Amino acid sequence: MSKEKKLNMQLHSPMPTFDLAVITLGHGSGGLLTNKLLDTGVFDLLSNPILEERHDGAFLDLQGKTAFSTDSFLVSPIFFPGGNIGELAVNGTVNDLAMCGAVPKYLSLSFIIEEGLKMDEFWKILVAIKFSCEQAGVQVVTGDTKVVEKGKGDKIFINTTGIGAVHPKANIAANNIRAGDRIIISGQIAAHGMAIMSVREGLEFDSEIQSDTTSLNHTILDLIEKFGSDIHLLTDPTRGGVATVLKETAQSIHKGIAIFQKDIPIDDQVGSACELLGLDPLYVANEGLFVAFVAAEVAETVLFELQKDTNGLHARIMGTVTGAHPGQVYLESAIGGKRVVSMLPGEQLPRIC
Amino acid sequence: MKYLSEYRDPELAREYLEEIKNTVSRPWSIMEVCGGQTHSLVKNGIIEMLPKAITMVHGPGCPVCVTPLKLIDKAVHLALEKQVILCSFGDMLRVPGSQKSLLEAKAEGADIRILYSPLEAVKIAEDHPNRQVVFFAVGFETTAPANALSVLHAHRKGLTNYSILASHVLVPPAIKAVIDDDESRIDGFLAAGHVCTIMGNAEYHPLSATYKVPIVVTGFEPLDVLQGILMVVRQLEQSKSEVENQYARIVREEGNVEAQKVIHEVFEVQNQTWRGIGEIPESGYAVRPKYAMHDATKKFEVAIEEAPENPKCISGLIMKGIKKPFQCSQFGKKCTPAFPLGAPMVSSEGACAAYYHFSGMVEA
Repeated sequence: MSKEKKLNMQLHSPMPTFDLAVITLGHGSGGLLTNKLLDTGVFDLLSNPILEERHDGAFLDLQGKTAFSTDSFLVSPIFFPGGNIGELAVNGTVNDLAMCGAVPKYLSLSFIIEEGLKMDEFWKILVAIKFSCEQAGVQVVTGDTKVVEKGKGDKIFINTTGIGAVHPKANIAANNIRAGDRIIISGQIAAHGMAIMSVREGLEFDSEIQSDTTSLNHTILDLIEKFGSDIHLLTDPTRGGVATVLKETAQSIHKGIAIFQKDIPIDDQVGSACELLGLDPLYVANEGLFVAFVAAEVAETVLFELQKDTNGLHARIMGTVTGAHPGQVYLESAIGGKRVVSMLPGEQLPRIC
Repeated sequence: MKYLSEYRDPELAREYLEEIKNTVSRPWSIMEVCGGQTHSLVKNGIIEMLPKAITMVHGPGCPVCVTPLKLIDKAVHLALEKQVILCSFGDMLRVPGSQKSLLEAKAEGADIRILYSPLEAVKIAEDHPNRQVVFFAVGFETTAPANALSVLHAHRKGLTNYSILASHVLVPPAIKAVIDDDESRIDGFLAAGHVCTIMGNAEYHPLSATYKVPIVVTGFEPLDVLQGILMVVRQLEQSKSEVENQYARIVREEGNVEAQKVIHEVFEVQNQTWRGIGEIPESGYAVRPKYAMHDATKKFEVAIEEAPENPKCISGLIMKGIKKPFQCSQFGKKCTPAFPLGAPMVSSEGACAAYYHFSGMVEA
């Protein structure tokens, strides 16, 4: 869905009149205020037959192999270049299901709101949720709203849990990975983390960097439809970035991974911002990327197909799986040197100089 | 990428390496003084690409690593006990103090904020007139101008609630201390390009002349470092000992005169304790008495005892280049980036952490 369409949706979802301009503890009481908030807000915007049953839980018809995933979303600030926490909450769980080779179907949606959140901010988040659900083709079928006292949260936390039907041709498992498999990265790395960093208090810098948050399910399922079990593993490099998922994978498959710095796509502005703050982009978070381990013989074709998709324009083959150095990830630097890529002990912190 | 990819060209890197190989006729030990250069060496895999005859020794140039334990304790104390808003560069937060790090103090509720520029801290002081704001002003000569400028800004604005906790260290006295150490055997130095951007090259000529060592002012990109190494090796092979400037696209002989004026307005030279090394004469900056109201060490009465370093940590020997990280019995065992015994394991520019992250020596 284009940016224009997104803007259109915001324009055509004007905020209804609420009694109060901010969320209060009463909105989480389960009483009248809660009901009004849900009636004029959540239910209207996200309406679908299952949600409208308004039962304690949702009734779902599920058949076949099912994927199930949950995630909680906290981000500061909640609005950032390229999106807000609402889009993250939908796309994050949708993408986790897609990484299982599943067609995402249903979501639960729970808010923990800090009292004082402005109603118009909450509304913008809801609109973003609606937009992302439509883009991904999922329905919110159950949910919850709680409000905590001022100072006991950070504006809003969202949890989403999702259920999806695994595609019959999908066979995604780390065990499928063979030495010689190629590793495809679907786009330019580190955009989300640096977009957040650019608006974080105390570290602000001027840039046009936008978060890459988007749902990847259509892109992924298209690949699975075409290449089936030749796609051995899919994983999304969110927290901890590309380096962390590669290291985790290398450890779980007891094989080595070799990647090439020259083949890791990164936007110029994002790369410069990382240099400026002394951050390694390999560890910076992404929200609209995936890493695919695919059979060597189909790798070039997968790449060719992926590059036709808007989510894969900058896709590259960035490395291979090897029988050597099990559990280790090696990177060949731009000048041809080799080094190990390991996990970070904690959050990456900007350097002094 | 403008000004980056040009200095990461694999073809040119190969040519430099070839030239270094062709020039070297005997073993040499070269110290890269700055942590940024150490980082570049290991991150780009340069150490393994160099001929065996060249040993790179990693110098004391990581400000996070050499900030005294006592000062970290002081920062933690100010944040927790005096309820100041403590602002800091990011990588200071994980450095272990004698009791806890700033990151742990933050988890306990202290108001600690990561900033990129000290001028942001002045803004915070302006926005919070009823709170004391302290900037943990750490670094070499490179960060001194901005830290000094923050004091001048606050002073001009009449902000009585802004001060800095200064721990500034200076490169030339440290090079001298390394050469003077009986155990160290360094044949040549890569001086820190960004320090010289500010201070110029003047201080290095007497060092080079007195001690008969080549000193090459060097940048941080892979090709900078390779060219710097080549320039040192050429001098060594020809028995020369001069100051040369590899980083001429940034560094001028006289440095940044305006920045120097700002530094000297606010700071005066003092003896400084370097964590892991000890006191080095005239190797640090203190805030001048004129600006005492912006000097956190004068403003807040904090009686903090000198805490002993972990006796198992050999960070002093590491930073003087006498031992390599993997020669330490604790390296990668009791001492890891998640649980560092000493500071060089904390910052990614510290020699131990750089080795741990990038060399894979301790990994399964």
